[in-house]
Parts: sequence; structure tokens; C-alpha cells
Amino acid sequence: MRPLFLALLADDSRYGYELKQSLEQEFDEMLPALNAGQIYSTLARLERDGLVVGRSVEGDNRRKRMYELTEAGQAELTSWLETPVPGARLKDEFFMKFVVVVSAGLAAPMRLIERQRREYLQSLRDLDAVLADGAKGPTAELMVEGAVLHLKADLEWLDLLEQRLAVRKEST
Amino acid sequence: MRHVLEARGLAKTYDTGGAKVFALRGVDLSIGPGEFVAITGPSGCGKSTLLNLLAGLDRPTSGQVWLDGERIDELSETELARLRRRKVGFVFQFFNLLPTLSAAENVELPLLLVGRGRKEARRSASALMGDLGIGDKQDTAPTQLSGGEQQRVALARALANSPDIVMGDEPTGNLDSAAAREVLALLRAARDRGQTLLLVTHDARVAAAADRVINLRDGLVTDETELQAARPVALPFEHDEFG
Repeated sequence: MRPLFLALLADDSRYGYELKQSLEQEFDEMLPALNAGQIYSTLARLERDGLVVGRSVEGDNRRKRMYELTEAGQAELTSWLETPVPGARLKDEFFMKFVVVVSAGLAAPMRLIERQRREYLQSLRDLDAVLADGAKGPTAELMVEGAVLHLKADLEWLDLLEQRLAVRKEST
Repeated sequence: MRHVLEARGLAKTYDTGGAKVFALRGVDLSIGPGEFVAITGPSGCGKSTLLNLLAGLDRPTSGQVWLDGERIDELSETELARLRRRKVGFVFQFFNLLPTLSAAENVELPLLLVGRGRKEARRSASALMGDLGIGDKQDTAPTQLSGGEQQRVALARALANSPDIVMGDEPTGNLDSAAAREVLALLRAARDRGQTLLLVTHDARVAAAADRVINLRDGLVTDETELQAARPVALPFEHDEFG
């Protein structure tokens, strides 16, 4: 979340509630209602780390503070902009569960795979219903499309896991 | 409950010059009216064989099939053809469109075969093709169409008669994701009208649209899942991600 705040402050100083509004606008309904406390605690931490600075605005008696980027904040923003987010997702919660549960003999591997496959299929159905509904904004729709593609890959990977399991069974 | 489709102990063995291939090794299956069922599994698991047996396009080595209460594995070819024409719409994996007819004429054919008038057939075909985004391809010969377009013509043909049961072998296999979504929407609409759907697919999105997913491995049913109505999607941003 922090770099998003820095990015929203890049071209102009803004009030906390303006940041909240921008985030809500950008992410449509995919973002839960933010409360002011979350916004201000994030800003307070950014300020503590010297990345933003808040000033009271003269003549504004609402005691609201206007935030702007410091030089360090600008540098952090630049480096975030220039660094792609990590590509490989090696860590997979199901696989970690699978390895440990199977090696400890706590459940039949095929049952685990089947149960997980059901969950992925159901999730795919949930996401497709969001798309079929058609009431979502373009950002939300793209997020859901992305999640659909990841789920399809997860399902393919379960098939692979199952195949390897079958080969292992045959060779023992 | 009365079943639209029922199979008991269905097995199919192919004799390929001495070596026996056990494509299906005893499948029991019941599908109720208005159900949307997907059969999935890796290639070679027997899913196409199962579909062909259920549609009466092939005969089992052993076991029985009932279509709408009628035992079909013992019917003659003529009786089978008549039954299929009345009750089954089938989307073949490789379309099986007639190359000498236009796209629209292919779609009209099943309507004409059950005695509908020419004008009515033309109207239905035109409406269906419009729904599938191929309204402008009516006069085109199948050979001039892309794979995805041919697939949609094949689907329109299968739906033309409003058959009680629609079966399809990879009905979205040649489509990009936008076209696949149109096809899926049309299939869902057919289900909502009370038609029974049975699809063989390895497209997870098609499987996820079904009410029930049957997993086939090595000619046997290994898992069956009833999918629930779509749950609300959890929002991706959790509050504790603020830091």
C-alpha cells in the first residue's frame, strides 16, 4: 500500500481524505470501504520514515494536514517505479500443505488433490459470475480476469501433480 | 426421479490388431432433466468415448444406456438416428459441417429434417447465428470459416431444434476467450430454458459453469463434484495490508 500512497502524492500535495477518495475511485468496488484511521496510520508511518511530510494549511481551521513527498520519498517512488514486481510465485499454500500432509501420511494424496480441485473450480465459478454480472468497472473486471487465468494455471498444475503421483505409484 | 440420461456398467474395448484398449471400464451415470454436467479428464481418459456412447453415436462393449427412459444401446441405426434427431443436439469436436451447404443451411438442416417450414428454419438459424456473433457468416461456406466460426455454426446447428439434451465434445476448444464466453452464455441460456447439457471439456471455465463435474481417469469415474451457486468474491485488499 505504501508505494501507492507515494505515487498518489507524486504530482501534488494532498489531504488524507483525498488519497482515500482516489484509491476508492481507482479500484472500484474491489477495495473495501477504507476508514480514515487506516489512511492516517499509513501516512503517519510514511512520515516517521521521512518519506512524506504533513503540514497544517494556514487559514484552514479544520486542523487537517496536507501531505507531500520528501526527497527521500521521491527517491523511493522512483526506485519502485523502475523495479518490476517479482515474477515467480514459488510459494504455494496448497503445495506446502500437500507435501507435509502426504509425507506424514495424514491423508490420501488423491483426496487432497480432488478437494482442492473442487475449491478451484468453485472459485472459478464465483469469478465468472462477477464477469457475467457485467456491473463491474474496467479495473475490477481486469482484476477478476487475472485471477481467472491464475486459477486455470492452478488447476493445470493439480493435473500435473496427479500425473506425477500416478507415475510414482506405477514405478513402486 | 426420472433421468434424461442413464448409463449402467458402461464399458468399451477397442481391438487394435491384437492389443486390447480398455477405453471405458464400467461407468454408471444418471443425469436429470435440466442438469448441466461437465465431463473432464486428461486426453485418453475415455471422455469422448463416454459421450459418444451416451449420444448413441457408438455402441458399448457391455452395459446399458437409457435416453429419456428408452434403452438405446440395442436400437437399430435407423431408430437411433430418429431418436437423436428428435431429442439430441450434438456439437462434434471437429464440427462435421456439410461442406456443400452454406453456414446457415447447415444450421437449418435439423429443423427441416423434423418437418419445419423453410422460412421458419431460416428465421431460427439467423437468430441463433446472431446470438453467437456469426450473423454475418450465414451465406459463407464452412470451408471459408475460421475454426472458431465453424465451431459456433456447429453449436447453432445443435441448438436449432431446441433439443431436450445438448451434448458437446470440447465445444469451446477452438475459441478465443471472448468467443468462448459467448458460447458459454448461450449454453447457460439453453440450460435456463430447461434443456439438459452434457459437455466433455478440458476448459476449466466451461467445467466451472456446470452444476456437476465428473472426473474421468483411465475409463473410470474417479470424482464427482456438485458445484454451488456462485459465492460473493472476496475482495483482494485486506485491511492488514496497510502498513
